[in-house]
Amino acid sequence: MFLQEPKDLTRHYSAASLLREGFNKQKGWAPAWRDAAPKAEYDAVIIGGGGHGLATAYYLAKEFGMTRIAVLEKGWIGGGNTGRNTTVIRSNYFFPESAAFYDFSLKLYEGLTRDLNYNIMFSQRGMWNIAHDRHGVEMLHRAVNAMLLNGVDAELHDGAEVKRRIPILSDAPRYPVMAGLLQKRGGTARHDAIAWGYARAADMRGVDIVQNCEVTGFDIVDGAVTGVRTTRGDIKTGKVALAVAGNTSVLAELAGFRLPIISYALQACVSEPVKPVLDTVLLSISHGVYISQSDKGELVIGSAIDLYPSYAQRGNLPVMEHTAAGVVDLFPRFSRMRFLRQWAGIVDVMHDSTPVVGLSPVKGLYLNCGWGTGGFKAIPGAGFCYAHTIAKNEPHPLTAPFSLKRFETGALIDEAAGAGIAH
Amino acid sequence: MLQISCPYCGARAEIEFRCGGQAHLERPGPHDQVSDRQWAEYLFYRDNPKGVSLERWVHRFGCRQWFNVARSTLTHEILAVYGMGEQPPQLEGTKR
Repeated sequence: MFLQEPKDLTRHYSAASLLREGFNKQKGWAPAWRDAAPKAEYDAVIIGGGGHGLATAYYLAKEFGMTRIAVLEKGWIGGGNTGRNTTVIRSNYFFPESAAFYDFSLKLYEGLTRDLNYNIMFSQRGMWNIAHDRHGVEMLHRAVNAMLLNGVDAELHDGAEVKRRIPILSDAPRYPVMAGLLQKRGGTARHDAIAWGYARAADMRGVDIVQNCEVTGFDIVDGAVTGVRTTRGDIKTGKVALAVAGNTSVLAELAGFRLPIISYALQACVSEPVKPVLDTVLLSISHGVYISQSDKGELVIGSAIDLYPSYAQRGNLPVMEHTAAGVVDLFPRFSRMRFLRQWAGIVDVMHDSTPVVGLSPVKGLYLNCGWGTGGFKAIPGAGFCYAHTIAKNEPHPLTAPFSLKRFETGALIDEAAGAGIAH
Repeated sequence: MLQISCPYCGARAEIEFRCGGQAHLERPGPHDQVSDRQWAEYLFYRDNPKGVSLERWVHRFGCRQWFNVARSTLTHEILAVYGMGEQPPQLEGTKR
């Protein structure tokens, strides 16, 4: 139906178009993307309409000239982990492979609003990682040195300076703030805008975004994929790309192989909205808590995973309680605030907290998984490198170390130990 | 909050326990005849089922004993608790 629409509908977003539509009673806006029906055949099918899947489709169309592409989403786009995460963007990793990749992703984020012609509300408000004891301070020194050697911006400040920059920190917390690592280029973005912006930009290049379409099986002939079966009919294709986070093991089983992944629930919550009190992102590894304030005024709070495998998109109470305790110790003034919403997403954790972006045991079936709790910051970088992988049938140099083979060769990139964080 | 029935102590809250991952993994051997692929399978590859999961748990802040649990990863319902070395009960939706 959208194909018959008049061509003078407003598709480009700008101050001028806003002004024009203001005089036009806002009647000329084109839908941001078409809710497409699946066709019988595509050059490539991407499974998963989250940030990763939509970014992959966008870069396939834009950088690699593949436009006969479908993104299949079993629910609605951006309704999985993209809509559930705490939107922190950073590149404070330890190993050169990770730093190179995540900083590439951060750089894409820096230009993304202009690239997509869609305001992703990327706010480089800085990301603090604070230490509460002598050993934590030593780890921050090590992290700063690693980041600087990897060409990533990093600053180390003592506890007094952290307190000066974040005045609402407690004057006498149970665990004193002794130092802080600041990555100034880190920050937050609007998570829905990432999904919607990529969806709109991919759609404008001819990509079909198919919602309410669950993949139920794969057609595999002589070890090569020839199509996918879905709840909305069978689709022929020679290239299938998974981008389904916590459900990767389930789809891999349909394709006949296992993966080194365990799925966990990662929960987050927001408080009731208040006036601006916190203008940065703060992480305390000792407390297992991170916190920022959204543009709406809600405190956005996250913590560690619930420590048993789960596909239920809800968190357990003990982790939530532990999280709240950490927030109240750091910020006693938040103790009277109420949780507004609490939820969980299912994250795909690999043993070394490094993802896989590359080939699978099935020819023509590609893997983008294992992001664990940190996939949001990787969306543009992974989308770009994954698109390269799919188009050229070989990994992008930036993600070549992130292969499945590393579990056999032993060349793990152990960011769980290296960066000292869960992801 | 889950309530888990420790075979030794009875029903206790989940904060007393720790999940130790997939149960019934067998170390391959003899060690000098195990391929890299087999080691990778043993160390890192997991069933990760959406449904019934057979897991080892330890009563960390209790008797410190290990035991097996059959639990749904979709509802978190605990379907069975059985001892180490025992075979899992026949449950609908179990993979093995």
